[in-house]
Amino acid sequence: MLKALRKIASIGLISEPAPAPDELLRVRHALDATVAAVLGRALCIRHVDAGSCNGCELEIQALGNPYYNLEGHNIRFVASPRHADLLLVTGPVVRNMEMALRRVYAATPDPKLVVAVGDCGCTGGMLGECPAALGRVANVIPVDVAVPGCPPSPARILQAILTAIQG
Amino acid sequence: MPLRRWWDRAEPLAGAPQVRGLGVRPEEWLQVAQDVAASGGVLLALWASCTAASGGSAGERAIYAAYLTDRGVLVAELVLPVDAAHLYPGLESIFPAAARMQRAARDLFGARSSDPDARPWLDHDRPYEFVRVDGEGVHEIAVGPVHAGIIEPGHFRFSVVGEKVLKLEERFGYAHKGLEQRFTELPILQGHRLAARVSGDSAVAYAWAYCQALEGMTGCALPPRAAWLRAVCLELERLANHLGDLGALGNDAGFAFGLTQFSRLKEDLLRATAAAFGQRYLFDVLVPGGVAVDLSAGGACALADAVWAVCAETVELRRIYDEHEGVRDRFTGTGRLAPQLAARLGVLGLAGRASGQARDVRVDLPVPPYTEVRIAKVVQHGGDVAARVAVRFEEVQESGRMLIGLLARLPGGAHAAAVGVPPDGALGVGLIEGWRGPVLVALQAGPLGAIRRCHPHDPSWQNWPALEHAIMDNIVADFPLINKSFNLAYSGVDL
Repeated sequence: MLKALRKIASIGLISEPAPAPDELLRVRHALDATVAAVLGRALCIRHVDAGSCNGCELEIQALGNPYYNLEGHNIRFVASPRHADLLLVTGPVVRNMEMALRRVYAATPDPKLVVAVGDCGCTGGMLGECPAALGRVANVIPVDVAVPGCPPSPARILQAILTAIQG
Repeated sequence: MPLRRWWDRAEPLAGAPQVRGLGVRPEEWLQVAQDVAASGGVLLALWASCTAASGGSAGERAIYAAYLTDRGVLVAELVLPVDAAHLYPGLESIFPAAARMQRAARDLFGARSSDPDARPWLDHDRPYEFVRVDGEGVHEIAVGPVHAGIIEPGHFRFSVVGEKVLKLEERFGYAHKGLEQRFTELPILQGHRLAARVSGDSAVAYAWAYCQALEGMTGCALPPRAAWLRAVCLELERLANHLGDLGALGNDAGFAFGLTQFSRLKEDLLRATAAAFGQRYLFDVLVPGGVAVDLSAGGACALADAVWAVCAETVELRRIYDEHEGVRDRFTGTGRLAPQLAARLGVLGLAGRASGQARDVRVDLPVPPYTEVRIAKVVQHGGDVAARVAVRFEEVQESGRMLIGLLARLPGGAHAAAVGVPPDGALGVGLIEGWRGPVLVALQAGPLGAIRRCHPHDPSWQNWPALEHAIMDNIVADFPLINKSFNLAYSGVDL
């Protein structure tokens, strides 16, 4: 136990400041300014992999490391869409996940936000639209902010989330 | 040695070292499998293909099985009759892992095996029935496809009594996106980009296996510097994934300190990787003929320093894990996959090595630079979560040692060579030991630089069924820990 405590003390605080929101990532403006003010910056996110290669998942997971310190920004991932304010959706939406994604969206209480992550989420990526895949996330559910990249860096994803909750 | 007669009859194939192809008659299909099993070999991959050349008669299909034997890789090819109702002999009784591969081959190509489980696998339009467990007090817990954490989509059906798991049945295919079809629409010199995106956490392993197959077919000699830089990328990928897993495993055992520390180390390594190669995950560094990015002398030094620091801290953290009673208690004896069962199931890669299956393509069928800079096989026999953790800890040190050696002695010269277009119909097989295990890419060229067929194969095909065994008699609450200790691919097998 002492060794662990010594380690914690020796590393100290390494969290970096959050990036500023980037309006260029915004697809639509659905959030009322009053709602945004009420919501503040305490945000619950539900992640949905709708068919990604797992590259974006690696960078979303990295948001939890001490450098990006997502929870330090009062943002956390939750285990049910019923608890979520925002859906973080990756992948080209594949046919076998279409119904699951629609159900998650329906189960998320209003007002809700959707951030599409990665080239596949934004445009369908290398796969595009094909018999097995429906392409970009916006083809299936309304998207508020879309962040490209293959995969986008954790800082970019954080920037997209912060853009979404800015009314 | 009955295997020898097949090996001697087979013709060398392009790509990985010691790969041979063998066309077999229907009555020989099972004999080959039996002889491979008798000699201690395992099934590496099974896939189907349309054999008809473009413009030829539709519906001509073939089924392929790649075996890893002590002589090398033997790829058996069985051409199927055009008759759609034809059943080819199934391999499930010899290699249990073949079952899902055969079901997938049926979904994608209509080739049907004689094995009893005819339920669909990737095709979610046909009805699917789970195996029910009956008895007093038995109930089911259904989880997924959307999970509580940040992971890929899949469905787990537990049959439990109280807290104890009697049976787990996995249902996948949720991430099926028609990857193999997409390959056939790409120029063969561009396919490596899609290969890197079969399973993003193994981008280097897939891209290398793809390039190896392609370079073999075109007779391209990989410049030494390119091979060394590829190995640097492959070991960086292994290191990053192992660090991530070690943190997540600590967290799943209730030790959040582990996640914090290892996710910090992983981020340090990813940043050093990005400084050296311009990318955190190396999706587009490997290209046919070599690597797209050369490493400067300063870049190599900085990268070696970062690797050294990460490895040194991992030694320190391992001591903390080992001395933590709670962590030790959760790891030891949990999710045990006995070596005998692992052998029967043909478990590959990291999970196999944690259950006494001493296979590592980097050692058994090495390509440069693994022929010069040797890497030690890490093997454990416990088969539990603790053993899979131990393999990761030791492989971090082994990969770190190798990386520092590679970076210190990088050969000079070109980092890429020109690659031509392979002749129509040429077949190549790439085989690279990714961080999970051996990644195989079977690539067949089409006319004028097209791809006729590409099958990327993840070791998770073999290892997912083993998880169904490892969870038995454990409690539901230990499933996340056991699952994470295997950390298998979803996208990689859903294709």
